[in-house]
Amino acid sequence: MWSFFHKLGSPPWMYRISGSILTWLLPLTLLMLVSGSIWGLLYAPADFRQGNSFRIIYFHVPASVVALAGYYVMASAGAVSLIWKMKMAEVAMKCCAPVGAAFTFLGLLSGAVWGKPTWGTWWVWDARITSMLILFFLYLGVIALYQAFENKTAAAKACAVLSLVGTVNIPIIYKSVDWWYSLHQPATIKFTEESTMDSAMLQPLLLMIVAFYCLFACSLLLNMRGELLRQGARTNWVRELVSGGKVEKSTRGEPDVL
Amino acid sequence: MSDPRAQAPLLPFLSASLRRQVLLAYRRPVDTVNPLLFFLLVVTLFPLGIGPDPAQLQKFAPGILWIVALLASLMAAEGMFRSDYDDGSLEQLLLSPQPLYLSSLGYVFAHWLLTGLPLTLVAPLFAVMLQLPAPAIPTLLVSMALGTAVLSLIGSIGAALTVSLKRGGMLISLIIMPFYIPVLIFGSSAVRYATLGNDPLPQLLLIAGMLSLSIALAPFAIAAGLRLSVDAG
Amino acid sequence: MYFDSVGAALAMDGHGVYVWFIVIVSWALIGSLLVLPILSGRRFLLQQQGLLRREQRAADTAAQREQSQQQQQQSGQEEGHAPGS
Repeated sequence: MWSFFHKLGSPPWMYRISGSILTWLLPLTLLMLVSGSIWGLLYAPADFRQGNSFRIIYFHVPASVVALAGYYVMASAGAVSLIWKMKMAEVAMKCCAPVGAAFTFLGLLSGAVWGKPTWGTWWVWDARITSMLILFFLYLGVIALYQAFENKTAAAKACAVLSLVGTVNIPIIYKSVDWWYSLHQPATIKFTEESTMDSAMLQPLLLMIVAFYCLFACSLLLNMRGELLRQGARTNWVRELVSGGKVEKSTRGEPDVL
Repeated sequence: MSDPRAQAPLLPFLSASLRRQVLLAYRRPVDTVNPLLFFLLVVTLFPLGIGPDPAQLQKFAPGILWIVALLASLMAAEGMFRSDYDDGSLEQLLLSPQPLYLSSLGYVFAHWLLTGLPLTLVAPLFAVMLQLPAPAIPTLLVSMALGTAVLSLIGSIGAALTVSLKRGGMLISLIIMPFYIPVLIFGSSAVRYATLGNDPLPQLLLIAGMLSLSIALAPFAIAAGLRLSVDAG
Repeated sequence: MYFDSVGAALAMDGHGVYVWFIVIVSWALIGSLLVLPILSGRRFLLQQQGLLRREQRAADTAAQREQSQQQQQQSGQEEGHAPGS
């Protein structure tokens, strides 16, 4: 069992196993994304109140859900890297940040564009969008903090601490923004009324949410592979890869870190 | 075998550390006065920007006061550990037998005494300038006293993480700002409630709750930040 | 399909601009999330290959130089040996 964790910390092993995972995960993700998009955009019924603009939900909600989940993935990776001093966890955390930020950006943009035909304005300071904007800042902060350090070990530690502080604060922030919004806008109609959603509208949404989760995983693995190559530029396994060989199975007697 | 670390006298250390911080600040008053001047300048800008109409100013006063206090706090947090990092006393602190958790708390408390507390005491003056009604002033004082303490604690986390960086600058604002938002929401709301004659106790209690949480948890992050900064530099 | 024609699907009762804009942006994002890391990884490998080739060439020329130096030394020694020392 412990050999699994030992292997998990080995860059060539992770590179190889992520490659094999991606060979089936990537096509599966694309299939789900395409079918979910077509289903939601062209086959699902329109919302009786909002009309067809509500179809943006099929991108807005999955992006938002994964954006928030991604922060917790990043923070967990950070925690693992701090507690067990695992380099692999540092790599995972570092790669989560830009991916999560991209999803948050999509959530914000889709939320804003959705607001125009529905409420007539390009931006509404409602609780969900405001919380997502704050989440975007949280991601940007982690990215900026990592870039600011020259010593990348210190950078990873700092980002781990920052992500953990963010984890504690996110529920507080979300709750206070919720409260703040309810205070100033008593008559609120949420953008999405998931509880009263027709199953014909819910099913493609669930498919898209799963698809976006898989997309996050794919992008994370792809970014991690690149980062592992860059960090291991002087090691044996990368040199072998560069000279055209495949990543070897044996990882025990091999210096994976220089 | 008793651990020498456990024997290290804590209270004298903390009081000495506190006295040192206050003395240093007294020798360089500009660090203490700058945030207050900033407060004054920006509070002056708001009426010039949004118009002198007293009713309008009164409506925005809670928000303006809280935002400016927040920005002044941010400004003050930035250089919190820098001078001690530069001359090596921070490294000495890390090597001392006192637990870093408590030393960090001591640092933050001294910092609050020199920034948050003056801001709080000066706020009623600016409140009057922004037409805040007198009944709201006590609420303003309490919310600021508690709130600036939370802001100091959170700001210290940012300061600890960025102290070894050469061009910290905007970075600390970016990483700390999201965590300031709940304090801003409840602080300004408390003052607004008091302005309307309602009871602001729930908001004040929430800020007090955030303060307790910060006192308990922030020193862990501050200590971790200081350690990694000293190791990185 | 929910819509009667492709035209109707594009227009979506006036909301089409917004919806399709987001669809395009989302797919552009999906594409970049998947393609950019692959491209950057490939670029890195090519760069490292170039570096490796350059190192090999430098090592080869250094080895060649050493060899010719040794040869010179040997022939110099032979000449030096003949008269005896």
